[in-house]
Amino acid sequence: MRRVIAKEEVCIGCRLCEIWCQVQHSDTKDIIKAFKKEDKQAVPRVHVEEEGARSFGLQCRNCEEPYCVYSCISGAMYYDEETGTVQHDPEKCVGCWTCIMACHRGAILRDERGERVAAKCDMCTELEVPACVAHCPNEALILVEDDQEEETE
Amino acid sequence: MRHYKYLIIGNSAGGIGAAEAIRKTDKEGSMAIISDEEHHVYGRPLISYYLGDEIDYDKIFYRPFDFYDKKKIDAILGKKAVKVDFDRSIVTLDDAEEIEYEKLLLATGGTPFVPPIKGLDKYEHFSFITLDDSLKIRERLSRKKIETAIVLGGGLIGLKAAEALTMRGINVKVVELADRVLSPVLDEQASAIIQDVVESEGVEVITGHTFNEVVGNGGMANGVIMDTGVKIDCGLVIIAIGVRPRIDLVKDSPVKLNRGIVVNKHMETNIPNVYACGDCAEVYDFLSDNFRLTPLWPTAYVGGNIAGHNMAGNAKEYVWGTGMNAVDFFGFPVISAGYINPPEGQEMEVLTKIEPENMTYKKFLIQDNRIMGMIFVNEVDRAGVILGLMRDKVDVSSFKDDLLRIDFGAVHLPIKLREEINTAAV
Repeated sequence: MRRVIAKEEVCIGCRLCEIWCQVQHSDTKDIIKAFKKEDKQAVPRVHVEEEGARSFGLQCRNCEEPYCVYSCISGAMYYDEETGTVQHDPEKCVGCWTCIMACHRGAILRDERGERVAAKCDMCTELEVPACVAHCPNEALILVEDDQEEETE
Repeated sequence: MRHYKYLIIGNSAGGIGAAEAIRKTDKEGSMAIISDEEHHVYGRPLISYYLGDEIDYDKIFYRPFDFYDKKKIDAILGKKAVKVDFDRSIVTLDDAEEIEYEKLLLATGGTPFVPPIKGLDKYEHFSFITLDDSLKIRERLSRKKIETAIVLGGGLIGLKAAEALTMRGINVKVVELADRVLSPVLDEQASAIIQDVVESEGVEVITGHTFNEVVGNGGMANGVIMDTGVKIDCGLVIIAIGVRPRIDLVKDSPVKLNRGIVVNKHMETNIPNVYACGDCAEVYDFLSDNFRLTPLWPTAYVGGNIAGHNMAGNAKEYVWGTGMNAVDFFGFPVISAGYINPPEGQEMEVLTKIEPENMTYKKFLIQDNRIMGMIFVNEVDRAGVILGLMRDKVDVSSFKDDLLRIDFGAVHLPIKLREEINTAAV
């Protein structure tokens, strides 16, 4: 089980997680091009929730009972057995937002750049460490894998 | 005689939810799914998207085409279960085949309610709950140009049908007997906004009326006679008043029925080894702490999932569901759950925020510091956080003032809940 967890006590609200998530999900994966050149900018799938001095990055926590998957009317939201993660197929998504109703963490966002579809953290399964975790300067986002709940650098 | 450890009647949300739960623990136990619908499992609410040409045909299917093979499920499709012998544990199909089961799930779904309106027996009309309904209407549209369609029923199904037909360039008139659209799931304010939205897209909404007769020629409808006596010309009639539990299979059986099949929190019926879920069953509602019909896709899936776990020997209770709807009309989103107005005789605090310029509206109902209902119009982000608070019966008194904020979310919750959201694997 791959999961990113957040530590609000060390989050400084710098939003680098949002920036690097957007880069990772851009066409070019290049920070300059992603923000300056690409017509359709990618939507970051992590969002810094902020209230006064309190903040933390919120993204999919890969619930053991993924109610977003259970609720999805189209099959766009699915549990990928290979990676052990909840994934979302924007091609199948019809933008009914049932997943937003189902996610009790508030981690699913709307991507309304073109087709109106859900945008959800994919846990960067192709990377050893998700982009948000790798670029968090304060170790406020931590990757935990398997059932050992061990912290990974 | 074929024999299955798990036999599921119904190939939609509930049946698939059960099958997927069963396969989490029992990878090999023999399993079959029976359905009178011939199609590979499809997302039922997607029939309107397909009718409106918003998605291609192949996108309507809910799971990949190798789903049954991969899950080792025999899909017995296009055959109807016509009888269950609960003493012998045998289901009879419409081709007389008998199938023996060890555990049975009744996930037969709903059947459209068609009122006895004069002329319906003579002239073509359509229901709108199956893929076949969508296919038949598409076929009808391809055969003859239709100028105007009449949809009876301004609920979720009726308005989604109206949206789809509008997308196809048809003038749609929605006839709703209540004084507003979506009255079971939205309050007056939210209904008015949605009515504005669909009317601005060209749908004509006629509330407070019905039609008493369908008229036509040679089997084809060409109009309806309204209760006012006025005739409205149309080339297509869709009846979308509502859905009732499809329980004819167990009507004269020992299975206990109320409005639907009676189940407990384990989704068990009164008959050992027989379970039920979805639109055909009266399932637990955490808000009213009671059992009632909740004919919705997410509750059908989750109820089926819990049934499946119990069928496979994992005792689990279904306590997740209440009335909840997320829907989008012409790109305009709405989410509601629980009570939409305080039920008669009950005191509830009502928090509302309306911004007419953005067409946004939010409403929360609170009783004893517990959220009992929610409506989100046009601004639906993080609605699930509120539904989660409703479900967990969280005391909201310490952050009640924040609830209506546009960015209300996990960060505004007390520390214990924030920790749960940020770390736990629930």
